[in-house]
Amino acid sequence: MTNAFNVTKPHPVKVSVRGLNFYYGSSHALKSVSLPLNENKVTAFIGPSGCGKSTLLRVLNRMYDLYPGHRAEGEVLLDGENILDPAIDVNALRARVGMVFQKPTPFPMSIYDNIAFGIKLYEKLPVAELDVRVEQALRGAALWDEVKDKLHTSGLGLSGGQQQRLCIARSVAVQPEVILFDEPCSALDPISTAKVEELIEELAEEYTIAIVTHNMQQAVRVSDYTAFMYLGELIEFGQTDDIFNKPAEKRTLDYITGRFG
Amino acid sequence: MSLYETRRKNNAIATGLAWLAAGFGLLWLTLILGTLVYEGGRGLSPTVFTQMTPPPGSTGGLANAIAGSLLMSAIGVAIGTPLGMLAGTYLAEYGRHTKLAMIVRFINDILLSAPSIVIGLFVYEILVHPMGHFSAISGAVALSLLVVPVVLRTTEDMLLLVPGSMREAASALGAPRAMVIGKIAYRAAKAGLITGVLLAVARVSGETAPLLFTALNNQFWSSNLNAPMASLPVVIFQFALSPYKDWQQLAWTGALLITCAVLTLSIVARTLGAGRRKSR
Amino acid sequence: MSDHIVKSYDRDLENMGRHISEMGGLAEKMLADSMEALIGLDSTLAHRVIAADQRLDALHSEIEESAVLTIARRQPLAVDLRECIAAIRISGDIERIGDLAKNIAKRTLKIVSELQVSRAAVGLRSMHEIAATQLKDSLDAYALRDIDRARMVWETDADLDALEDSVFRDLLTFMMEDPRNITFCTHLLFCSKNLERIGDHTTNIAETVVYLVTGETFPGERPKGRGVNYVEEAGEGAQ
Repeated sequence: MTNAFNVTKPHPVKVSVRGLNFYYGSSHALKSVSLPLNENKVTAFIGPSGCGKSTLLRVLNRMYDLYPGHRAEGEVLLDGENILDPAIDVNALRARVGMVFQKPTPFPMSIYDNIAFGIKLYEKLPVAELDVRVEQALRGAALWDEVKDKLHTSGLGLSGGQQQRLCIARSVAVQPEVILFDEPCSALDPISTAKVEELIEELAEEYTIAIVTHNMQQAVRVSDYTAFMYLGELIEFGQTDDIFNKPAEKRTLDYITGRFG
Repeated sequence: MSLYETRRKNNAIATGLAWLAAGFGLLWLTLILGTLVYEGGRGLSPTVFTQMTPPPGSTGGLANAIAGSLLMSAIGVAIGTPLGMLAGTYLAEYGRHTKLAMIVRFINDILLSAPSIVIGLFVYEILVHPMGHFSAISGAVALSLLVVPVVLRTTEDMLLLVPGSMREAASALGAPRAMVIGKIAYRAAKAGLITGVLLAVARVSGETAPLLFTALNNQFWSSNLNAPMASLPVVIFQFALSPYKDWQQLAWTGALLITCAVLTLSIVARTLGAGRRKSR
Repeated sequence: MSDHIVKSYDRDLENMGRHISEMGGLAEKMLADSMEALIGLDSTLAHRVIAADQRLDALHSEIEESAVLTIARRQPLAVDLRECIAAIRISGDIERIGDLAKNIAKRTLKIVSELQVSRAAVGLRSMHEIAATQLKDSLDAYALRDIDRARMVWETDADLDALEDSVFRDLLTFMMEDPRNITFCTHLLFCSKNLERIGDHTTNIAETVVYLVTGETFPGERPKGRGVNYVEEAGEGAQ
């Protein structure tokens, strides 16, 4: 069943990864991975450390471009367009595919400017309109009520969970189509985690979402589809309910139940 | 004797020695500063800031030297800072692992520890000699060559301290490279960068050697960059060596002024650095 | 199945399994004793069955508690989660089986002093045989994670239902023959109902075993339809 995805219900595919190979210099980090990201659904990537799940995520917005010696082969189709094509405008791609990182990374500026930074990259708006967009983004990340009275104080003064939601708001402000989450809750306390998870659920109504997580329960809670990866290979892809209830592959079962593989 | 007690005794001895060494160092520092304040303070008066350096035997001040120092340091920093910042940015952001960066870093380290008299001779050779006379501008160039390595080094170090995740976050929004560096990385490293420039200013404001061969000295007020210009270190050097009592007194006062300036700059730089660490 | 990385997790699951087999053994013994007491009208044995139920109840709550704790502690997934759910369900079924056996024993105590119809208990004995086999098979299916055996239990339950129908007609006949038999036969009627329900619980256990192993519930209805004809035949034969 390796690399096959028998999704029973056909669902519009937003991103289609096909025969993707990835290399860090000479090390082969992803081995002919193929899977879809279905539109307005949450897809979780799980697997032990070093299995390539974060690498896969970072291919989807070509984050790997920042580093020399990183190379991807194969196809990643975003609405049918191959984003691995060297001719593609990487910055325009990243505007369409946003990313939220493991550690909250607010920029060293005010809360307002953190959000406005991304918007200003693409649009020249009058102040009043910018205000509206910033508020929208903060509301979208369920942060508005907590920060509306201190918009012009530093984003670094927020709590970890608030910082992470600020980063989500920042991504949302650019109005992307896909949002990638790279272990977004691993540095957060349970309450902040719950808030971020609730947010992901809401965001799925408008965006296509991929999330890398080490927390299996989190994958069960937030995702519609799950991909289990191991040693750079996609072992199993399917609906989350199936993967966590009756996985087809023994390696998947061993991993999700905490057994020796 | 038990092992533990032996260790305790050794610890006491080592701590005692460390205290002694620290006290010894501090003693000399206090003596130097004390003498400086005592000797320099005696000559401190408004005329120091208003009158020109006098001929031997008459009264005067250090106005032309102070102005010369300020002017040449300012020009030196103005030339050296952008060069150093740009080179440091290249090393930290673009050329991190390239061969060129390694070579630049190596040469910069040599420049950083090069004796300043060598810099003076170098500028003498390439500027003063072809021009045919000493000039303030060649003094400023010599100082800028001292500024570059300091600023380059701090710029690179400070930019490397900016977490890569912050650059990735900015890139992930679709910000182009220049924007990521200019709007995010510089801002995150701002306090460190300012500290670097202040330290460079502190370094050059006390330099005598490079100025001896370039700006020389001028007994009178001059704002002509194409002519020799007075500066505090050179005046101190000259006056202190002289046999005249009033010149020696002015040298002490000048030394006190430089020390105070450098001390202030260092304290400001330290405070900025500390404030930065707290905000993390 | 390979072991968990956390060893105490394995121990928790093993303990649950062990407790369930203890419950199973106890329930089997109670069922056999209660029937022996009923047939032989042995009130001492009946009292012993009634007393044994306490231990069964205690085990039941112990298993339930440890399953809940395991879920809270380990957040089990897939087969491990089903293991916990199965333990809760199966221990519940066995506990009910114990209750039903206890009820048979209680009725024994009541009919000791009544007028007895020895022929009437024959049908019950056959019912007991099937129920006991079903119970044993369902417990074995659980212990061995044997889906085929579980399926067998699931299928034979129809026989028990059919037999209950025929026992019902027999007892009805005895009551019509002589109204003095009514008390005795009514109690037996309830006992046959108990045996039939024990069969139902063994079927539940079998279904749980299939769920435990495959993660899927049994497809379709229980094979009750097949029993109807059987009932007709058996009924005709009895008349």
